[in-house]
Amino acid sequence: MSDMLVYLYAVGGAALRTVLPTGLSGIGDAPVRVIVADRLAAVVSSVDPLGFGAEPLRRNLEDLSWLASTARAHHAVVDAVWRREPVAPLRLATVYVDDDNVRAMLHSREAAFLALLDRVRGRQEWGVKAFAVPDPEAQPDEDDDDRKLGPGAAYLQRKRETRDRTSRLRGKVHDAVEDLHRVLAASAEHSRRYVLQDPRLSGHPPDLALNAAYLVEQSASSNFTSAVDHWRSPYLQVELTGPWAPYSFATLEES
Amino acid sequence: MTLARRDDDLYLIDLLDRLLAGGVVLSGDVTISLAGVDLIQISLRALISSVSRMVEP
Repeated sequence: MSDMLVYLYAVGGAALRTVLPTGLSGIGDAPVRVIVADRLAAVVSSVDPLGFGAEPLRRNLEDLSWLASTARAHHAVVDAVWRREPVAPLRLATVYVDDDNVRAMLHSREAAFLALLDRVRGRQEWGVKAFAVPDPEAQPDEDDDDRKLGPGAAYLQRKRETRDRTSRLRGKVHDAVEDLHRVLAASAEHSRRYVLQDPRLSGHPPDLALNAAYLVEQSASSNFTSAVDHWRSPYLQVELTGPWAPYSFATLEES
Repeated sequence: MTLARRDDDLYLIDLLDRLLAGGVVLSGDVTISLAGVDLIQISLRALISSVSRMVEP
Protein backbone atom coordinates (compact mmCIF):
# COMPACT_ATOMS: atom_id res chain seq x y z
CA MET A 1 0.00 0.00 0.00
CA SER A 2 2.34 2.67 -1.27
CA ASP A 3 -0.17 5.47 -0.76
CA MET A 4 -0.41 4.98 3.02
CA LEU A 5 1.57 7.22 5.37
CA VAL A 6 3.75 6.02 8.25
CA TYR A 7 2.87 7.13 11.80
CA LEU A 8 5.69 7.02 14.40
CA TYR A 9 4.96 6.19 18.03
CA ALA A 10 8.41 5.73 19.53
CA VAL A 11 12.07 5.07 18.78
CA GLY A 12 14.18 2.53 20.70
CA GLY A 13 17.05 0.11 20.29
CA ALA A 14 17.02 -2.58 17.57
CA ALA A 15 15.91 -5.08 20.27
CA LEU A 16 12.42 -3.56 20.00
CA ARG A 17 11.87 -5.98 17.13
CA THR A 18 11.93 -8.92 19.53
CA VAL A 19 9.87 -7.39 22.35
CA LEU A 20 6.95 -5.95 20.37
CA PRO A 21 3.80 -7.73 21.62
CA THR A 22 2.18 -9.77 18.85
CA GLY A 23 -1.19 -8.52 17.66
CA LEU A 24 -0.60 -4.98 18.93
CA SER A 25 -2.73 -2.49 17.01
CA GLY A 26 -2.46 1.28 16.81
CA ILE A 27 -4.37 4.20 15.32
CA GLY A 28 -7.37 3.03 13.31
CA ASP A 29 -6.69 -0.53 14.56
CA ALA A 30 -3.83 -0.84 12.08
CA PRO A 31 -1.18 -3.45 13.00
CA VAL A 32 1.87 -2.01 14.73
CA ARG A 33 5.25 -2.93 13.24
CA VAL A 34 8.92 -2.10 13.68
CA ILE A 35 11.31 -0.47 11.20
CA VAL A 36 14.94 -1.31 12.02
CA ALA A 37 17.95 0.75 10.91
CA ASP A 38 21.23 -0.53 12.38
CA ARG A 39 21.14 0.05 16.16
CA LEU A 40 17.75 1.80 16.24
CA ALA A 41 14.16 0.80 15.61
CA ALA A 42 10.98 2.81 15.14
CA VAL A 43 7.56 1.61 16.28
CA VAL A 44 5.11 2.55 13.51
CA SER A 45 1.82 1.78 11.83
CA SER A 46 0.28 2.79 8.52
CA VAL A 47 -2.27 5.62 8.50
CA ASP A 48 -4.58 6.95 5.85
CA PRO A 49 -3.52 10.18 4.07
CA LEU A 50 -7.19 11.22 4.21
CA GLY A 51 -6.82 11.61 7.99
CA PHE A 52 -3.10 12.29 8.35
CA GLY A 53 -2.08 14.32 5.31
CA ALA A 54 -1.02 17.88 6.21
CA GLU A 55 -4.39 19.53 5.54
CA PRO A 56 -6.76 16.91 7.02
CA LEU A 57 -4.44 16.58 10.02
CA ARG A 58 -4.67 20.29 10.77
CA ARG A 59 -8.47 20.08 10.64
CA ASN A 60 -8.62 16.90 12.71
CA LEU A 61 -6.48 18.39 15.46
CA GLU A 62 -9.24 20.94 16.04
CA ASP A 63 -11.67 18.12 16.78
CA LEU A 64 -11.45 17.09 20.41
CA SER A 65 -12.91 13.62 19.96
CA TRP A 66 -10.44 12.89 17.14
CA LEU A 67 -7.61 14.31 19.24
CA ALA A 68 -8.65 12.25 22.28
CA SER A 69 -8.93 8.95 20.42
CA THR A 70 -5.66 9.52 18.53
CA ALA A 71 -3.86 10.42 21.77
CA ARG A 72 -5.24 7.31 23.50
CA ALA A 73 -4.23 5.04 20.61
CA HIS A 74 -0.73 6.61 20.51
CA HIS A 75 -0.37 6.15 24.26
CA ALA A 76 -1.61 2.55 24.19
CA VAL A 77 1.19 1.60 21.78
CA VAL A 78 3.89 3.44 23.76
CA ASP A 79 2.58 1.90 26.99
CA ALA A 80 2.78 -1.61 25.52
CA VAL A 81 6.50 -1.32 24.75
CA TRP A 82 8.25 1.06 27.17
CA ARG A 83 8.35 -1.32 30.15
CA ARG A 84 10.08 -4.00 28.07
CA GLU A 85 12.64 -1.84 26.31
CA PRO A 86 13.65 1.81 26.79
CA VAL A 87 11.99 4.05 24.20
CA ALA A 88 11.82 7.69 23.26
CA PRO A 89 8.12 8.45 22.66
CA LEU A 90 7.44 10.84 19.79
CA ARG A 91 5.18 13.85 19.86
CA LEU A 92 1.61 13.24 18.66
CA ALA A 93 1.10 13.23 14.89
CA THR A 94 4.63 12.57 13.64
CA VAL A 95 4.02 11.22 10.14
CA TYR A 96 6.39 10.16 7.34
CA VAL A 97 5.67 9.47 3.70
CA ASP A 98 7.24 5.99 3.70
CA ASP A 99 9.50 3.51 5.52
CA ASP A 100 12.62 4.66 3.63
CA ASN A 101 12.23 8.19 5.00
CA VAL A 102 11.92 6.75 8.52
CA ARG A 103 15.10 4.70 8.00
CA ALA A 104 16.95 7.77 6.73
CA MET A 105 15.81 9.75 9.79
CA LEU A 106 16.98 6.94 12.14
CA HIS A 107 20.39 6.94 10.48
CA SER A 108 20.82 10.70 10.60
CA ARG A 109 19.72 10.98 14.27
CA GLU A 110 21.36 7.80 15.56
CA ALA A 111 23.82 9.40 18.00
CA ALA A 112 21.20 11.75 19.46
CA PHE A 113 18.65 8.95 19.92
CA LEU A 114 21.21 6.61 21.53
CA ALA A 115 22.15 9.36 24.01
CA LEU A 116 18.48 9.96 24.79
CA LEU A 117 17.83 6.24 25.30
CA ASP A 118 20.75 6.12 27.75
CA ARG A 119 19.19 9.01 29.70
CA VAL A 120 15.81 7.26 30.10
CA ARG A 121 16.99 3.65 30.53
CA GLY A 122 15.75 2.19 33.84
CA ARG A 123 13.80 5.35 34.63
CA GLN A 124 10.13 6.26 34.68
CA GLU A 125 8.17 9.48 34.63
CA TRP A 126 5.78 10.59 37.37
CA GLY A 127 3.31 13.45 36.97
CA VAL A 128 2.52 15.78 39.87
CA LYS A 129 -0.19 18.41 39.90
CA ALA A 130 -0.85 20.70 42.83
CA PHE A 131 -4.06 22.70 43.21
CA ALA A 132 -4.38 25.77 45.42
CA VAL A 133 -6.85 25.16 48.24
CA PRO A 134 -9.57 27.86 48.28
CA ASP A 135 -8.99 30.65 50.82
CA PRO A 136 -9.15 28.97 54.23
CA GLU A 137 -9.43 32.30 56.12
CA ALA A 138 -12.83 33.46 57.33
CA GLN A 139 -14.67 36.47 55.84
CA PRO A 140 -14.78 39.63 58.03
CA ASP A 141 -18.02 40.36 59.83
CA GLU A 142 -19.78 42.76 57.45
CA ASP A 143 -22.54 44.03 59.79
CA ASP A 144 -20.01 44.97 62.42
CA ASP A 145 -17.91 46.99 59.92
CA ASP A 146 -21.03 48.69 58.54
CA ARG A 147 -21.96 49.97 62.02
CA LYS A 148 -18.49 51.30 62.83
CA LEU A 149 -17.54 52.86 59.50
CA GLY A 150 -20.74 53.40 57.53
CA PRO A 151 -21.56 51.29 54.45
CA GLY A 152 -19.30 53.16 51.96
CA ALA A 153 -16.13 53.10 54.06
CA ALA A 154 -16.86 49.53 55.14
CA TYR A 155 -17.15 48.50 51.49
CA LEU A 156 -13.78 50.05 50.65
CA GLN A 157 -12.16 48.47 53.70
CA ARG A 158 -13.53 45.04 52.81
CA LYS A 159 -12.25 45.47 49.29
CA ARG A 160 -8.79 46.35 50.57
CA GLU A 161 -8.80 43.44 53.02
CA THR A 162 -9.84 41.02 50.32
CA ARG A 163 -7.06 42.29 48.07
CA ASP A 164 -4.46 41.97 50.85
CA ARG A 165 -5.69 38.51 51.81
CA THR A 166 -5.61 37.35 48.19
CA SER A 167 -2.06 38.53 47.70
CA ARG A 168 -0.96 36.97 51.05
CA LEU A 169 -2.58 33.70 50.04
CA ARG A 170 -0.94 33.82 46.61
CA GLY A 171 2.44 34.21 48.35
CA LYS A 172 1.75 31.19 50.61
CA VAL A 173 0.69 29.06 47.63
CA HIS A 174 3.79 30.12 45.70
CA ASP A 175 6.09 29.22 48.63
CA ALA A 176 4.36 25.86 49.07
CA VAL A 177 4.73 25.07 45.33
CA GLU A 178 8.44 25.89 45.39
CA ASP A 179 8.97 23.72 48.48
CA LEU A 180 7.05 20.77 46.97
CA HIS A 181 8.99 21.01 43.71
CA ARG A 182 12.33 21.24 45.57
CA VAL A 183 11.54 18.16 47.69
CA LEU A 184 10.41 16.09 44.69
CA ALA A 185 13.20 17.22 42.35
CA ALA A 186 15.68 16.08 45.02
CA SER A 187 14.40 12.48 44.65
CA ALA A 188 14.38 12.61 40.84
CA GLU A 189 17.07 12.53 38.14
CA HIS A 190 15.41 15.26 36.08
CA SER A 191 12.33 17.42 36.38
CA ARG A 192 10.25 19.58 34.11
CA ARG A 193 7.48 22.08 34.84
CA TYR A 194 4.65 22.46 32.39
CA VAL A 195 3.04 25.78 31.61
CA LEU A 196 -0.10 26.01 33.73
CA GLN A 197 -3.25 25.26 31.79
CA ASP A 198 -5.98 27.73 31.02
CA PRO A 199 -8.15 27.94 34.17
CA ARG A 200 -11.15 27.13 31.99
CA LEU A 201 -9.64 23.66 31.58
CA SER A 202 -8.58 22.97 35.13
CA GLY A 203 -11.69 24.47 36.71
CA HIS A 204 -11.69 27.44 39.07
CA PRO A 205 -11.43 26.49 41.94
CA PRO A 206 -9.52 24.32 42.47
CA ASP A 207 -6.70 26.31 40.94
CA LEU A 208 -3.79 24.55 39.28
CA ALA A 209 -0.58 25.83 40.88
CA LEU A 210 1.98 23.24 39.76
CA ASN A 211 2.05 20.88 36.79
CA ALA A 212 5.35 19.03 36.73
CA ALA A 213 6.97 15.80 35.59
CA TYR A 214 9.80 13.96 37.34
CA LEU A 215 12.10 11.34 35.83
CA VAL A 216 12.84 8.81 38.56
CA GLU A 217 15.04 5.70 38.76
CA GLN A 218 12.81 2.65 38.76
CA SER A 219 14.44 1.47 41.99
CA ALA A 220 13.73 4.85 43.63
CA SER A 221 10.09 5.10 42.56
CA SER A 222 8.65 3.94 45.88
CA ASN A 223 10.78 6.58 47.64
CA PHE A 224 9.46 9.18 45.24
CA THR A 225 5.78 8.25 45.64
CA SER A 226 6.12 8.19 49.42
CA ALA A 227 7.78 11.63 49.30
CA VAL A 228 4.63 12.83 47.49
CA ASP A 229 2.39 11.10 50.07
CA HIS A 230 4.23 12.56 53.02
CA TRP A 231 4.49 16.15 51.80
CA ARG A 232 1.73 18.23 53.43
CA SER A 233 0.59 21.82 53.16
CA PRO A 234 -2.71 23.50 54.07
CA TYR A 235 -2.41 25.53 50.85
CA LEU A 236 -2.06 22.77 48.26
CA GLN A 237 -3.83 19.62 47.24
CA VAL A 238 -1.44 17.28 45.43
CA GLU A 239 -2.26 14.72 42.74
CA LEU A 240 0.13 12.03 41.46
CA THR A 241 -0.09 10.17 38.12
CA GLY A 242 2.18 7.51 36.69
CA PRO A 243 4.38 5.78 36.07
CA TRP A 244 4.47 7.12 32.50
CA ALA A 245 6.84 6.43 29.63
CA PRO A 246 9.38 9.29 29.62
CA TYR A 247 7.30 11.62 27.42
CA SER A 248 8.38 14.80 29.17
CA PHE A 249 12.09 13.96 28.93
CA ALA A 250 12.24 12.79 25.34
CA THR A 251 14.24 15.66 23.93
CA LEU A 252 16.94 15.20 21.32
CA GLU A 253 20.11 17.18 21.90
CA GLU A 254 21.27 18.11 18.44
CA SER A 255 25.00 18.10 17.87
CA MET B 1 -17.46 28.52 37.08
CA THR B 2 -17.88 24.91 38.13
CA LEU B 3 -17.18 22.01 35.84
CA ALA B 4 -18.39 18.53 36.44
CA ARG B 5 -15.26 16.70 35.48
CA ARG B 6 -14.80 12.97 35.30
CA ASP B 7 -11.52 11.20 36.11
CA ASP B 8 -11.35 10.28 32.45
CA ASP B 9 -11.12 13.98 31.51
CA LEU B 10 -8.34 14.52 34.04
CA TYR B 11 -6.44 11.62 32.53
CA LEU B 12 -6.98 12.99 29.03
CA ILE B 13 -5.58 16.39 30.02
CA ASP B 14 -2.49 14.73 31.55
CA LEU B 15 -2.09 12.65 28.43
CA LEU B 16 -2.41 15.65 26.08
CA ASP B 17 0.13 17.59 28.18
CA ARG B 18 2.60 14.83 27.41
CA LEU B 19 1.72 14.11 23.81
CA LEU B 20 1.46 17.74 22.68
CA ALA B 21 4.20 19.39 24.74
CA GLY B 22 6.43 16.35 25.37
CA GLY B 23 7.80 13.62 23.13
CA VAL B 24 10.57 13.86 20.58
CA VAL B 25 9.96 16.56 17.98
CA LEU B 26 11.26 15.68 14.54
CA SER B 27 11.02 18.80 12.48
CA GLY B 28 12.74 19.57 9.23
CA ASP B 29 12.79 16.03 7.89
CA VAL B 30 9.17 15.27 8.78
CA THR B 31 7.17 15.40 5.63
CA ILE B 32 3.90 16.09 7.37
CA SER B 33 5.18 18.88 9.54
CA LEU B 34 3.32 20.85 12.17
CA ALA B 35 5.28 23.09 14.51
CA GLY B 36 5.01 22.17 18.18
CA VAL B 37 3.58 25.55 19.09
CA ASP B 38 0.84 25.19 16.48
CA LEU B 39 -0.09 21.79 17.88
CA ILE B 40 -0.50 23.12 21.39
CA GLN B 41 -2.54 26.11 20.28
CA ILE B 42 -4.74 24.00 18.06
CA SER B 43 -5.44 21.46 20.77
CA LEU B 44 -6.06 24.13 23.41
CA ARG B 45 -8.60 25.75 21.12
CA ALA B 46 -10.28 22.38 20.67
CA LEU B 47 -10.30 21.74 24.42
CA ILE B 48 -11.55 25.19 25.33
CA SER B 49 -14.34 25.12 22.78
CA SER B 50 -15.35 21.69 23.99
CA VAL B 51 -15.33 22.80 27.63
CA SER B 52 -17.36 25.89 26.72
CA ARG B 53 -19.94 23.66 25.07
CA MET B 54 -20.05 21.53 28.21
CA VAL B 55 -20.92 24.45 30.48
CA GLU B 56 -23.53 26.09 28.30
CA PRO B 57 -26.99 25.87 29.95
